[in-house]
Amino acid sequence: MDFYFGLLQIFGVHTLLGLSAYVVLLTGQVSMAQAGFYAIGAYTAGAGTAMFGIHILPAIIVAGLVTAVIACIVGFPALRVKGLMLVVATLAFGEMVRLFFFNLTWQVDRGGELVGPNGAEGFRSIRYFPEHGWEVWHVTAFIWAVVIVVMVALWWVDRTRAGAVLRAVGHDETAAQSIGLNLTAVKVGAMTAGGFIAGLGGGIYAHTVTHIEHGVFGVLLATFAIAYPILGGLGSVFGTVIAVLFIQGFLIEGLRFLGDWRSLLFGALIVLAMNLRPTGLLGEHAPRWFRRRKTGSEPLELKEAN
Amino acid sequence: MLTLENLSKLFGGVRAVDDVSLTIREGEIFGLIGPNGSGKSTTINLITGLYTPTTGKVTLDGHDLTAMAQHERTSMGVARTFQNIRLFGNLTVAQNLWVAQNGHEQRRAHFLARWFKAGGEHGPDIEELLRFSQLHSKRDLQANALSFGEMRRLEMARALASNPRVLLLDEPAAGASQEDAQLLAERIRAVRDRGVTVLLIEHMMELVMGITDRIAVLNFGRKIAEGSPAEVQMNEDVRAAYLGGSHKNEELVHA
Repeated sequence: MDFYFGLLQIFGVHTLLGLSAYVVLLTGQVSMAQAGFYAIGAYTAGAGTAMFGIHILPAIIVAGLVTAVIACIVGFPALRVKGLMLVVATLAFGEMVRLFFFNLTWQVDRGGELVGPNGAEGFRSIRYFPEHGWEVWHVTAFIWAVVIVVMVALWWVDRTRAGAVLRAVGHDETAAQSIGLNLTAVKVGAMTAGGFIAGLGGGIYAHTVTHIEHGVFGVLLATFAIAYPILGGLGSVFGTVIAVLFIQGFLIEGLRFLGDWRSLLFGALIVLAMNLRPTGLLGEHAPRWFRRRKTGSEPLELKEAN
Repeated sequence: MLTLENLSKLFGGVRAVDDVSLTIREGEIFGLIGPNGSGKSTTINLITGLYTPTTGKVTLDGHDLTAMAQHERTSMGVARTFQNIRLFGNLTVAQNLWVAQNGHEQRRAHFLARWFKAGGEHGPDIEELLRFSQLHSKRDLQANALSFGEMRRLEMARALASNPRVLLLDEPAAGASQEDAQLLAERIRAVRDRGVTVLLIEHMMELVMGITDRIAVLNFGRKIAEGSPAEVQMNEDVRAAYLGGSHKNEELVHA
């Protein structure tokens, strides 16, 4: 049973990672910096509970906020470039973060034991959950509670003008500028929100594994982060969730029995999925049952038939 | 109200716009014509801020727009449409208008009300614009599902959603039939009657000569004539310009 709870935890933190890339991708920006933000969140929240003994909830919120501030600062120069150049710039940022934590040694004495990031050794003993007697299912429920809060928040934002503006910028920047939208503000705003979500996800991730080290937060993780919303489609947050289940659940766990053949099939299945559903598994539009009912007034339609 | 002073734009060694000065008066429909490649679209791009002029300046009611970013010009009251329609095809018709509410008055709304109020695409201003553009019955359709003519109407409505003082129309009749052009002319007049000054770039001479109050003619980036439609049609330089490289001369004379 614990195995399945463990899986659900992985799905949960990866959903947060994917959603952080989803927000940025809505504005048309392919960001490879999400793994870096995730790392910042992980180390910050880990430091919060393991080194300073604060509660998990404020720890991950602080992690989210710190990451959001960094994402905002990174956003200004990074979002001046587009397309491939942005991919390269954000990739470089991600590596910079990884190397920063590779070299970071900062330990404090907690009850006779040194805790904190220790360079290449990583950050061990982020043991908030076991120390406070959380069962596996408690942790799983906590993670999914956070995931659901974030999903509801994003789903709600999508129904506001801010959501429409994000999609407008993603569709056509020139047109968006011509109608008076401040592209920099919109893009940096999306990057900041994405940073917050990645920070939350990283913060939780650090506590589920208790030991984090720089190698985890590399290019592969950044690729997963951006693959989720691309594979799932930008119609709604559910696309990202479906993509996480598809990749983490089906391709990585479900096909484990195939042994070495799995990696081969993994690539092939993603290519197949993108060919069959070029706009993502759930497509570009929100699922029908979540769409607002039409409000157009019928009599006018007759009058206006031109 | 809208003034261009000695405006020039160089692309490499090419003078796309060369020392153009114009004054567009409040409430008029002003035509900007010229053969292909004469710098008309570049002029619009300089006014909206898509391009930065090499020299010269653009002012609106005495406010210098030249150094302003595009979104600042929108709140000053400048709006435009594009020669090749640029809608947000992934949004609904009503949402296309909703995201464009970035005018001066609209910016003064509270931050949360402006950005995080759901359902604002049903606001009275949007309803009114949808009716004005005869798109009310299509309000919940994706914009990329519209017909060509509807797309043109929506783009103009979107430009009006920020309550602009001056509207720049870049070849709104391109691809339109004679009949559509007639409807377009009425629509442009209706826009003017809403109190919006119109700068119209157009190749369809019949349309331009029929609805504009004054016209300026560009050729190779330079202004070669300015005046009423009748004056411009009689101008020797204008005739020579159109004779020089295009068949449009015939249209010009007979329009």
